[in-house]
Amino acid sequence: MLTHNQLRNGTRVEIDDQPWIIVSAQFVKPGKGQAFTKIKIKHLADGRVIERTFKSSETVAKADVVDKVMQFLYSDGEFWHFMDPATYEQVALGESQVGETIDWLKEQENYDVVLWRGKAISVSPPPFVVLEITHCEPGVKGDTVSGATKPATLETGVTVKVPLFINQNERIKVDTRTGDYVERAKG
Amino acid sequence: MTDPLHRPAADRDTLVARARILDAVRAFFRQRGVLEVETPQLARAVAPEPHIDPLPCRDGFLLSSPEPFLKRLLAAGSGPVFQLGKVFRAGEVGRLHNPEFTLLEWYRPGWSLAALMDEVAELVQAIAPRPPAAMMTYRELFRRHAGVDPFDAPLDRLAAAAPSPPPIGLDRDGLLDWLLVERIEPALMAAGGLLFVTAYPASRAAMACIDPGPPPVAQRFELYLDGVELANGYQELTDAAEQRRRLEQANAHRRAQGLAPLPIDGFFLEALAAGLPPCAGVALGVDRLVMAALGKGRLAEVLAFPWERT
Repeated sequence: MLTHNQLRNGTRVEIDDQPWIIVSAQFVKPGKGQAFTKIKIKHLADGRVIERTFKSSETVAKADVVDKVMQFLYSDGEFWHFMDPATYEQVALGESQVGETIDWLKEQENYDVVLWRGKAISVSPPPFVVLEITHCEPGVKGDTVSGATKPATLETGVTVKVPLFINQNERIKVDTRTGDYVERAKG
Repeated sequence: MTDPLHRPAADRDTLVARARILDAVRAFFRQRGVLEVETPQLARAVAPEPHIDPLPCRDGFLLSSPEPFLKRLLAAGSGPVFQLGKVFRAGEVGRLHNPEFTLLEWYRPGWSLAALMDEVAELVQAIAPRPPAAMMTYRELFRRHAGVDPFDAPLDRLAAAAPSPPPIGLDRDGLLDWLLVERIEPALMAAGGLLFVTAYPASRAAMACIDPGPPPVAQRFELYLDGVELANGYQELTDAAEQRRRLEQANAHRRAQGLAPLPIDGFFLEALAAGLPPCAGVALGVDRLVMAALGKGRLAEVLAFPWERT
């Protein structure tokens, strides 16, 4: 259990029988009076944010949460299946749990899966991924400085903006946090 | 910009300004014949409070206030005294809190609470000038800024007066604290300036004399500076038996909240029994005063090494 002064940004807690991460914590106390800790928490699976306040005498349960690097195996249309490469243990996530990560999912690649009480509840991509362009307009030679871009569809189906000199079938590195093109993949 | 944690939080200009403020405080009291004293920060027994935790350590406690020792000096005939030093409060870390902070505490034998409030205002005006201080009773404060009477309103009305629902299980005092931090302090912050709040509920008397009323109210004030609680003063309780009863009540309250009772300073009670002169006393948070004087937003900005950097 966590006491009120252990409620810090980034701590994962269990409140109302649900898993959350603290995104901000504020300690308030009238001089001779009771202390309160106000926290803003984000749901680990659906991302909704709520506020809660605790008295200094209250404790909050630490969430039974484990992060695991897992390999994406396949989707059957209803579930997305991942495997722990060390134990071969498999988990499945539904569409709402996969969320926006769907844009970056490629078979055989590794992703960060969050397990709560042993069950997968969300998945996030690494900060950078390398993906192949399946469709874009032909490249324009020599234009490496103008900053102009064109849309390119990647093998996962997502569309990103790429510089004009990039060609179809090239592999590029993308920042998954912003969806921005970073560079041509090396090698 | 990077700000590695090994570096001080306060910049050098702030430390220079802080040192000047400490000088000004000492000069203020020197001119007025108030004696600077140093009493223990580490002691074997304390004057327990329901919501303030001294820091337990191997040999005793790092004290949350020098009050018992300063009153023992007063009872011994010291005349007016002040102490400017560090105190400790376990678990208090936040925008306006650091578990170790600088407290200025002083006592005026033979003075009324009103006379002391004037002196507090003079000191603060000399360091963080504002328009003349306003004055309001605790009751008026709640009526004006929360639309409820703190003494008479039913608990469900108090709970409904806050912008967000209070944690469950709060009693009247707890709900009033909740309204204070959720509704009233934000209003005072927006208004700015100096405000003395007086006539606290008797349940919040701590070491203050109580006016019988009705309703009975504590002869206590708090000074707010731009909505931040800066100082807390009392017409000091001199009755040893009543003081013992309140300290025991504080321990009972602590037990009820699941906190350990604290060893009561018996010498403090003996000094009161031997005779504490009628007096008014006040404790003022120096870091918060420096913050206000320099227009800083967080306590950590005026500390060389706040908690996160220790």
